[in-house]
Amino acid sequence: MRRIGLVLGLAFLWLPILLLVGYAFSADRIPFQWGGFSLRWFRALAANGRMLEAAWLSLRIAAGAATLAVLLGGMAGWVLARHGRFRGRALFGALAGAPLVLPEVVTGLSLLLLFVVLQGAAEAAFGWQLGRGATTVLLAHATLGLAYVAVVVQARLAGLDPALEEAAADLGAAPFTVFRTVTLPLIAPALVAGWLLAFTLSLDDVVVASFVSGPAGTTLPMLVFSQLRVGLTPEINALAAVILALAGLLLGLAAVILGRNGRGGARAG
Amino acid sequence: MRRFLVLLPPFAWLLALVAAPVAILAGIALSQGAPGVPPFLPPVSLAAGWQGTLENILTLVQDGYYAGSFLRSLVVAGVSAALCLGLAYPVALGIAAAREGWRVPLLAMVLLPFWTGFLPRLGAWIGLLRDGGWVNGVLTGLGVTAGPLPLLYSDAAMYLGMVHAYLPFAVLPLTATLLRRDLAVEEAAADLGASPWVVFRTVTLPLSLPGAAAAFLLVFIPAAGEFVIPELLGPPEALLVGRVLWAEFFQNRDWPLAAALAVALLVLLIAPIRLFQRLDEGGSRRGASPPSRVGGTAADGRRPGVLR
Amino acid sequence: MAEALLRLEGVTKRFGATLALDALSLEVMPGEFVALLGGSGSGKSTLLRIVAGFEAAEAGRVLLQGRDIGALPPHARPVSMVFQSYALFPHLTVFHNVAYGLRRDGVARPEIARRVAEALAMVGLEGFEARKPAQLSGGQRQRVALVRSLVKRPPLLLLDEPLGALDAGLRERTGLELRALQRATGAGFVMVTHDQAEALALADRVAVLQEGRLAQYGPPQVLYERPATRHVAEFLGAANILEGRARPDGAVECGAGCLLRPPRAAPAYALRPERIRLVAQAPAEKGVTARLKDLAYRGDGWLAMVALPGGAEWRVALPADAAPPAPGAALSLAWAAESLAPLDA
Repeated sequence: MRRIGLVLGLAFLWLPILLLVGYAFSADRIPFQWGGFSLRWFRALAANGRMLEAAWLSLRIAAGAATLAVLLGGMAGWVLARHGRFRGRALFGALAGAPLVLPEVVTGLSLLLLFVVLQGAAEAAFGWQLGRGATTVLLAHATLGLAYVAVVVQARLAGLDPALEEAAADLGAAPFTVFRTVTLPLIAPALVAGWLLAFTLSLDDVVVASFVSGPAGTTLPMLVFSQLRVGLTPEINALAAVILALAGLLLGLAAVILGRNGRGGARAG
Repeated sequence: MRRFLVLLPPFAWLLALVAAPVAILAGIALSQGAPGVPPFLPPVSLAAGWQGTLENILTLVQDGYYAGSFLRSLVVAGVSAALCLGLAYPVALGIAAAREGWRVPLLAMVLLPFWTGFLPRLGAWIGLLRDGGWVNGVLTGLGVTAGPLPLLYSDAAMYLGMVHAYLPFAVLPLTATLLRRDLAVEEAAADLGASPWVVFRTVTLPLSLPGAAAAFLLVFIPAAGEFVIPELLGPPEALLVGRVLWAEFFQNRDWPLAAALAVALLVLLIAPIRLFQRLDEGGSRRGASPPSRVGGTAADGRRPGVLR
Repeated sequence: MAEALLRLEGVTKRFGATLALDALSLEVMPGEFVALLGGSGSGKSTLLRIVAGFEAAEAGRVLLQGRDIGALPPHARPVSMVFQSYALFPHLTVFHNVAYGLRRDGVARPEIARRVAEALAMVGLEGFEARKPAQLSGGQRQRVALVRSLVKRPPLLLLDEPLGALDAGLRERTGLELRALQRATGAGFVMVTHDQAEALALADRVAVLQEGRLAQYGPPQVLYERPATRHVAEFLGAANILEGRARPDGAVECGAGCLLRPPRAAPAYALRPERIRLVAQAPAEKGVTARLKDLAYRGDGWLAMVALPGGAEWRVALPADAAPPAPGAALSLAWAAESLAPLDA
């Protein structure tokens, strides 16, 4: 009986996705209508300059934002897990957790207002004309990603015996050596997972990007969203299939890396 | 000193890109609209002193259009969260009851759609629900309905999209809670004469309530401010806060009113957010010591040492 | 007299409002095996962590071979520690775990290989070099943790409940191996434990800690036979505590029909169950007649719960070869005068 609920739930989650992928190979110009097997929509997609441009921009933003997020979020997670009490800890924790719970429209609008105020200040003070676009989206996505990475790293550190770092120090390792030889290898899976999470979030975000981006910064989700407002086109259908394949590939890769890492520690368990 | 160097970059970043924006948002919610770029007067300026206004806040309270959008958002978020919870229970119970080696793959199956892109999944529903779409085709083909139903751009479509998008959020905390439970307690209940359903109702369900509450809030909080799903799947009259805010900002260029809407939404969500954070802390503290039963992925040497 | 290996002078530590260590002073001689024994909250682990450098003392000095090491960070202190959780690096092999400290000291690679092999051979773990900690049994992990610290040849090894995570069956044997290792290396060992049998069996000297203070410090036999306080007497094995009114002639009345003739006057006396004998007729001043309440078989003998005429309950160890008396029977008990240990607190 319990199995039925599980199967129905999984079917609900996966059926639309699988149908979408399947019909991407349909020749018909109406989506979700079978017109024989064809790769025409993939070819159309490959010839769509705007789409490719937006995708390339999104990938660069996502990679940059995820990298920044891992650096800053890694530090934040370490602070939250290992610093104990310090003045401002409550504020720090609240700020690090805020992007996880703030509604997207609030995050987007507030960040846009910040960028507008900064632009005004830069122009008034130095006469600089700063535009909005890829950079502002990257800053916004790095902030979102930071919060997620901090959670993942904090959880990993909380699960690690603090005596490991003490043991390294006791055996003669100076603080940076402790970090390099013990802490970093042990939190590496969390950093990889955090990077992937931040990367995916950035590639998935419409709302925040729509607020903070400028004329020159149309990301792929922004473009897809504007087309979906009109309806589903077979090209979007094909794009979804490509995204799914890439996501599957990336996740498989991550699972292999993390699995190998985790298994080393669990074989005897 | 060294600790300070690690603390400083993320703290400065968070102050600049989380704290400052929210403060500016609050400030602009109190400002007057004005033609120009940006389209508002700062509430306080060196030349004019205080030139802010409470007008935007008052508008939200007095104008039924805005008050109604908040009410509608809370209802939609509540219904979505309840639907997710109802569907998450059988899924989570199924995962928890599965054999040990199956649990991680099954949980991954639930979480994976989250990684496959939010917009493609909504696109799938658009394709499935439109007049000549798959769902209508199946319904007509089976003779359930005579002709195509107007499924897309309806409340039903919006809820389908919400549940599809947020179900993994609900399954995760619920599964974690169910996996942490002591099975001996249920065996004890059965031993004392409770039937499987009574065991579930009197033991499993009450013990999983903290996880269920976390699951509910994890859906409710983002759903309350949701913009994309009602925009793409919902009927035009489903004017939720997210859509109203978006329209005020992008179409009417009324930045102060949009900011006031954002502040009001934040204020409304403070209580559920605080509640969720308390549940989350409790959950992670409880979960810290017993070994996880989610298979053998956790490194063995990481049981926290008992010092002192 | 030789210089102390470790010398603690008035070490004080507070956690919030609780006083973890209260001006504690202690000496460990070179090559000595010392056990720090106490219940939870007695300050024994805090003391170890202060010596290792993970906690800073608020007052007092920590001297290692005459040198004040109180200001040194943990990695610059020549002491080594074995953690209760072992803290083996899960991502490194056994070889690299053991080599970790040598690499930090800049020892040349061939020398590291030689010393790691030697150390692993010492604990019978040849051939385990390539394993990860998760692929070892509990006892093997414990031995890796031990040699990981010992391979650096520290003058002083700190051990935090080193046998605590092992199965009961493994503890006794591993304990003896620990002592053999200590004798072989000549290093000073300071071991924290809450297990009195372990402390008595392994240590040259036992320091009993109570609420951050040193209750008694001495060889195991002295602590067992001549406990200084009621706490020490009760913490180390079973003890009957005798309290009574002193008479002008020096004898002490410990209830109806119970008269003691102690070696010196004290507020109370401890009498071990195995120092009490069953006799035909209880002597006047070094014996008493009691009623048997309950009897428990312990393999090597019987433990009898007896009630004295005054109402006090004593535990008495009876040999296994004697036929056990029936409950309710009157027993005549006797003991040697020197078996009474005067307790000062």
